[in-house]
Amino acid sequence: MHIAVVLKQVPDLVEELEIDSGGKDIDRSFVKMKLNEFDDHALEQAILLKESSGARVTALAVATDGIDQVLYAAKARGADGALKIFAGEDRLDARRAASAIAEALGKLQPDLVLTGVQAADDLYGQIAPYLAAALGWPHVSVVSGVELAGATVHVSQEYAGGRMASLELDLPAVIGVQAAPQPPRYVPVSKLRQAMASGPLETVSATADDGLPGASVTGLAKPERGGGAEMLTGSAAEVAGKIAALLGERGVVRS
Amino acid sequence: MGNVLVYVETSEGRVAPISFELLGAARTLAASLDGEVEALLAGPGDLASQLGAADIVIQVEHPALSPYLPEAHVIVLAEAVRSRNPQVVLVGNTSVGIDLAAGAAAATGRPLVSYCLGLEAEGGAVMARSQLYGGKVVATTKTEVPAVFAVVAGTFPEAAGRTGGKGGRATMEAPAALSSLRTRFLTASEPGGEGVDITKADRLVSVGRGIGGPENLELAEDLAQVLGAEIGASRPVCDSGWLPKVRQVGKSGMTVKPKLYFAVGISGAPEHLEGMRDSELIVAVNSDADAPIFEVAHYGTTCDLFDLLPALTELLKAKTG
Repeated sequence: MHIAVVLKQVPDLVEELEIDSGGKDIDRSFVKMKLNEFDDHALEQAILLKESSGARVTALAVATDGIDQVLYAAKARGADGALKIFAGEDRLDARRAASAIAEALGKLQPDLVLTGVQAADDLYGQIAPYLAAALGWPHVSVVSGVELAGATVHVSQEYAGGRMASLELDLPAVIGVQAAPQPPRYVPVSKLRQAMASGPLETVSATADDGLPGASVTGLAKPERGGGAEMLTGSAAEVAGKIAALLGERGVVRS
Repeated sequence: MGNVLVYVETSEGRVAPISFELLGAARTLAASLDGEVEALLAGPGDLASQLGAADIVIQVEHPALSPYLPEAHVIVLAEAVRSRNPQVVLVGNTSVGIDLAAGAAAATGRPLVSYCLGLEAEGGAVMARSQLYGGKVVATTKTEVPAVFAVVAGTFPEAAGRTGGKGGRATMEAPAALSSLRTRFLTASEPGGEGVDITKADRLVSVGRGIGGPENLELAEDLAQVLGAEIGASRPVCDSGWLPKVRQVGKSGMTVKPKLYFAVGISGAPEHLEGMRDSELIVAVNSDADAPIFEVAHYGTTCDLFDLLPALTELLKAKTG
């Protein structure tokens, strides 16, 4: 069993985002990038499957600034191999990235592809269904929980209201992971150093399809601040007093 | 003439609210494009009468379509797009829509724009506004039609999508591919655990990543106790295993409308806001003054929650005796 996990970085949303002078992209000069949290869960799910059933795990990502660190960290967490895909540019939307990644996966021939269900910047759709379409493989997204079952895989798909369904997919298949059964594990620095010392990352070249009809961004803006919240300021004791008073006025607590 | 096709999402034998929102938006778009509103209903057929905003309801029935199976619905949506050739396809940006929109767009070679908050026809194109980066940025895009759009729930009023159509009916033959599927439905489960139902609570203290770790949950639990509130949580908190899934508020969790929603350390990702924005009174504590939660909150503060929560709990304890 060979599992491929597709990773990418997204801006850390804890940081403030600014729009660049061109007005069509965020200002990337000071943005801190981090592994997409859903990809983090996809990687954890893959490592859990490796531990439970001896699967081999390959982490792969399109080459972008800082991606080496992500791939080394994946190896430190238990991935057996890491593959960096050179697609000629590093700002690919989900659909074009999928065409390049699918080409790399075609050579890798994994039995199962896991990736994050979504990313905060995939304006043009999610990568898992695009990968599945490009490979011609079955696909399910919004998955929390993957189990190998012979020539098939069983997944739990989440719906609104906490309802779940268990579905079976023939392999090979593509899964969009929402959450692994346990939180992504911590990488000790010593293991990260070991992974980085274990040799250079494998690389492959692939072509991002650009013959697709698409949408174009005409502008980015910060969301309009509507009415918004009335902000309460002061020391913790003062703010607590204001909140207690308004809860009293609204009849939520006795005033 | 440019028709607008809406994929109708159903849940537990009912039309999902997002579908009425989409039908209302479709009516406006179809008027601009000089076309009709088509509603695709994949599954058993007694729901067509609810789709009064559609000019034509296209029904497909096949055993593989119910219970919901993503692969089967992608096949049907793609086939409907090929055979009806609508200029605009609308899908909800829901758990279900995430599967369908990109799958159908890829299968039909049409562009897709996700996370839409607004749509407007302009000449042979559609201008869409989409929320990106957890709601911190809004992107405006221009897309030549034909194209597919995935729309965030809560964007359009449901009421506009109840009536106004011509009430036509059509049956689409089930695509042959439904007989050679590579995925199968096994079982379904309802939310379980602890007998907790946060949708029934009239007060919720809801915890986000800002709480730092499970060791700090008691700060929120103490406040909840004095308020007589249940504990809710954002998705990252449940995914991290700090609180059970049954307490999750938002798109892949519960939709709640309590009298008080007290958000602690929740930044307010769009998926979270979708599940709580209609609460009667929303108070939010978050260290980032730009956090989207303050958009929907009535009262907010950037006060450090580790100081504020104990202070508020003590004060309320003293008041309520």
